[in-house]
Amino acid sequence: MELTLALAIGVLTASGVYLVLRPRTFQVIIGLSLISYAVNLFILAMGRLRMDAAPILSGANANPADYTDPVPQALVLTAIVIGFAMTALFLVVLLAARGLTGNDHVDGKGN
Amino acid sequence: MLAALPFLACALVLALPGRGNKGAVWIAAVVAGVLSLLSIGLFPLVADGGVISTRLEWIPQLGLNIVLRMDGFAWLFAVLITVIGFLVVLYARYYMSPKDPIARFYSLLLAFMGAMLGLVLSGNIIQLAVYWELTSLVSFLLIGYWYHRGDARDGARMALIITGTGGLALFVAMMLVGHIVGSYELDVVLASGRTLVESPLYPLTLILFLLGAFTKSAQFPFQFWLPNAMTAPTPVSAYLHSATMVKAGVFLLARFWPVMSDSDLWFWIVTYTGLATLIFGAYAALFQRDLKGLLAYSTISHLGLITTLLGMGSPLAAVAAIFHIANHATFKASLFMAVGIIDHETGTRDVRKLSGLIKFMPFTGTLAIIASAAMAGVPLLNGFLSKEMFFTETAIYDSNVFINLSLPVGATLAGMLSVAYSIKFVHGVFFGPPPTELEKVPHEPPALMRRPIEFLVLVCLAVGIIPGITIGPYLAAAVHSVLGAETPYYSLSVWHGFNLPLIMSIIALVGGAIIYVPYYRRLRNIDGVPLTRGLRGQRIFERILVTATNRWARRVVQAFGTQRLQPQIFTVIFLAFAAGIVSGWARMGNLPLPENFDPVLGLVWLLGGISAMAAAHQAKFHRLASLILMGGAGLATCLTFAWFSAPDLALTQLLAEIATTVLILLGLRWLPKRTPVAEDLTWGVKFRRYRDIGLAVVAGLATALASYAIMTRAAPDGISDFFLANAYSQGGGTNVVNVMLVDFRGFDTLGEITVLGVVALVVFGLLRRFRPAADSAERPEQQRVLDDYAAGAGQHVADDFLRIPALIINWMFPIVIVAAIYMLLRGHDLPGGGFIAGIVMSLAFILQYLAGGTRWVEERLRILPVLWIGWGLLLALLTGLGAMLLGAPFLTSAFAYADIPFIGKVPMATALIFDLGVFALVVGAVVLMLVALAHQSIRRPKPAGSSKPKVREGLDKWN
Repeated sequence: MELTLALAIGVLTASGVYLVLRPRTFQVIIGLSLISYAVNLFILAMGRLRMDAAPILSGANANPADYTDPVPQALVLTAIVIGFAMTALFLVVLLAARGLTGNDHVDGKGN
Repeated sequence: MLAALPFLACALVLALPGRGNKGAVWIAAVVAGVLSLLSIGLFPLVADGGVISTRLEWIPQLGLNIVLRMDGFAWLFAVLITVIGFLVVLYARYYMSPKDPIARFYSLLLAFMGAMLGLVLSGNIIQLAVYWELTSLVSFLLIGYWYHRGDARDGARMALIITGTGGLALFVAMMLVGHIVGSYELDVVLASGRTLVESPLYPLTLILFLLGAFTKSAQFPFQFWLPNAMTAPTPVSAYLHSATMVKAGVFLLARFWPVMSDSDLWFWIVTYTGLATLIFGAYAALFQRDLKGLLAYSTISHLGLITTLLGMGSPLAAVAAIFHIANHATFKASLFMAVGIIDHETGTRDVRKLSGLIKFMPFTGTLAIIASAAMAGVPLLNGFLSKEMFFTETAIYDSNVFINLSLPVGATLAGMLSVAYSIKFVHGVFFGPPPTELEKVPHEPPALMRRPIEFLVLVCLAVGIIPGITIGPYLAAAVHSVLGAETPYYSLSVWHGFNLPLIMSIIALVGGAIIYVPYYRRLRNIDGVPLTRGLRGQRIFERILVTATNRWARRVVQAFGTQRLQPQIFTVIFLAFAAGIVSGWARMGNLPLPENFDPVLGLVWLLGGISAMAAAHQAKFHRLASLILMGGAGLATCLTFAWFSAPDLALTQLLAEIATTVLILLGLRWLPKRTPVAEDLTWGVKFRRYRDIGLAVVAGLATALASYAIMTRAAPDGISDFFLANAYSQGGGTNVVNVMLVDFRGFDTLGEITVLGVVALVVFGLLRRFRPAADSAERPEQQRVLDDYAAGAGQHVADDFLRIPALIINWMFPIVIVAAIYMLLRGHDLPGGGFIAGIVMSLAFILQYLAGGTRWVEERLRILPVLWIGWGLLLALLTGLGAMLLGAPFLTSAFAYADIPFIGKVPMATALIFDLGVFALVVGAVVLMLVALAHQSIRRPKPAGSSKPKVREGLDKWN
């Protein structure tokens, strides 16, 4: 289980890093999204993996051992929203650069 | 304490710039007047070595507190600052032309007064350094007050760079002092005795410290900024560059004199820097054509004199230094004002053009003559007394022959020169034939403009004739606060008998006249200093500036910088992972073998991984495919969240994924068309590609290893237990993640939604000016093909093909909204919340776009997303402030359960209102981005580069 997730994070990171290094803006935006998946999973993994643990409290007196770790979840929730905003912003910058330079190279130069 | 009042008043006035000119003058005058009275009134409290202090705890852990502290010495300065400030305000009322922005002038002047008061009253040495920089900054603004003049800008920049650099050195010195002594409190530092001098860090500290003091007080070799600062309006020169700011350096020297001066290093550096400045300043002043230049060099010279005195290290010398600080402030400020009057009345400050003015302005002339006599050290004036003390100190026998000779000889020489330039000032301007080259006939200025000078000259006379009564007690208080128990006996009387200092004075007076008389015709026309003309500090400074900030900077950029993005990203990623691997390798330890394997998760990630790699492979030519594949990887991520008991995350991820995909789909249309071609790869391209693959694989391996290593270890005790234990009892919700977001970590969320709102506005703003590239400005190929087939077919497709889905989607709209509200309300206890509800709500709009098309939606869109963003943010903020109103910390939430009929028990926490704000903002932001992007497809924007004027269309609501 841990190994699966670790490999998943690895594959996502590798694909993302490769894409971020490509010269086309669209490649970079996809790469950034993939990296953000990897990072989100990584943050979740920091709280250790818990299957079938309740995320919702039942009753006021709770034994923390029965529940999932809420801290990474709260962090990732924030990260997802910010990641969305980042993608949107980058998309618009990409479009503006494309309009101004006439091509979709990250440096705005030729092919 | 009363000492805190100046700052309040200053801030108050600063808040009122830009009003009517009269108002600014009145406010400034009243504030300055009140401040002077206040500070004078404080004298009884400091008269007997008393110290008033007020303290405001700021960061006590770091020893950083705001401390205001006034002793006799600080009192002397405070009075100088406020009284001369008051006089300058009055004077400037008549000096400044009505065309100048008066309010700015006075607000800056008051800001300076506040900064300078803060400097002298600082009881914390870090605070002192901060005020020090503040005076530099305000001085920069005041020198550059006439910013349309190039020389004013240059002078201001030079002053800022020199004094600012010095201030930085001083700041470091202060931190070192704090480190050595163990406290930043001035009281503790002053009581530390010989700790500083005996510390091994002393030489470094001293040099940095002196760098700060010397640059501020224009000591050699940093003297050149002061004459250039004379481009400031004359009231500024009178106030900042003679009476107060340049005194800050000597103030500092005197302030730290008790703890730092007791060493040879101090003696040699300070005394001889001062002596060099003294002689050089006096020498250069003799050759100035500009009256303000003459006074500027004379100021430098007098500051040198004070520095020399402070360097000598004997208590009596320190007394003389403090005395001379006060004396110099009075006569020099009055001289500057007199020059200002001359400039104002005749239109020039050039010695060559001026002469015989005594006939036209007898009062001003007399005042100026008395003040320059004080400057020259003529008996019965205050300048004589302190100069006499100076001569006394230099004449004291020292066993070192060099010191024994150089000090008195240098002092006498400087005295002669200063007499000479004083005569030049008086004789050149006020005597001789009437001026011929003037544009207007000079006459006496308004009486009120002269009052400040009269007052100051009166002080000069009073101090000079009856020193014991006029300044005795104040000087005693100031001296006592600096020297403490070491205070020596000194006498302030005018006549000390016929002794060596008197002989030196006589030599100086006679010698000065002898220097001046034979050469005055030549001196009149000369400009620039003989012998050192080639070695102009200003030119050296400018050359260094150009070399360092232009040439070297460009070379460094050429050597290390690149404009290309790819190498930059490569370097960043490479360094990041290299650092991570190097530091993580040692801690890796033994990795246990996997214990369990979940085939379903494995399958999910088999697909997810393949999607990710395929997306990476396809992103170049098949954008749509790549986008869909990325969605596959996102879906796998989302499933994983659900798998590991994170329902909130799974929901958010799923929804954000949809929104992202739709946005990118909307953007795809503007990208250039690419068809896969058999590439003829060069070696360079191939190498780069394999290199990137290599880095990617290493990065992937590293993250996989790191996450595996962490996941197979037991988790340390974090803060999670706290949240789990308190979410219900304190936050009133059972969904811990949501409670954290809206309650415990509400401030983070507030910041986050702010970011989201800003991004939406940026997106909107950028797209308003959107210009598509020439080759994608046309309608897309698919639509054109259809239109070729039959006119209007493109529209037909949108209308007919999607008719049934459109109907369903229309019906779904209210349902989706209800779902969104449901998500919002239950968020506190069950998965959901503002973010999720907000995205669900925006998906409702996205669906309408899919079904009806952009035009259709825009005709019917009734919400204003920008307003939603604003209200959402406001609501969230108000919730937080509401808590503050009730006395709880920002964003504390209260909660209760309400029993609503038919629905049941509903948690009613104030956090819900906060979440409502989040919801509104997310809806507004996402819809705004969506609308902005979608609108581009129905615009007929002019492509970039074409010069055709844009055709306005009916629907320009979103432009």
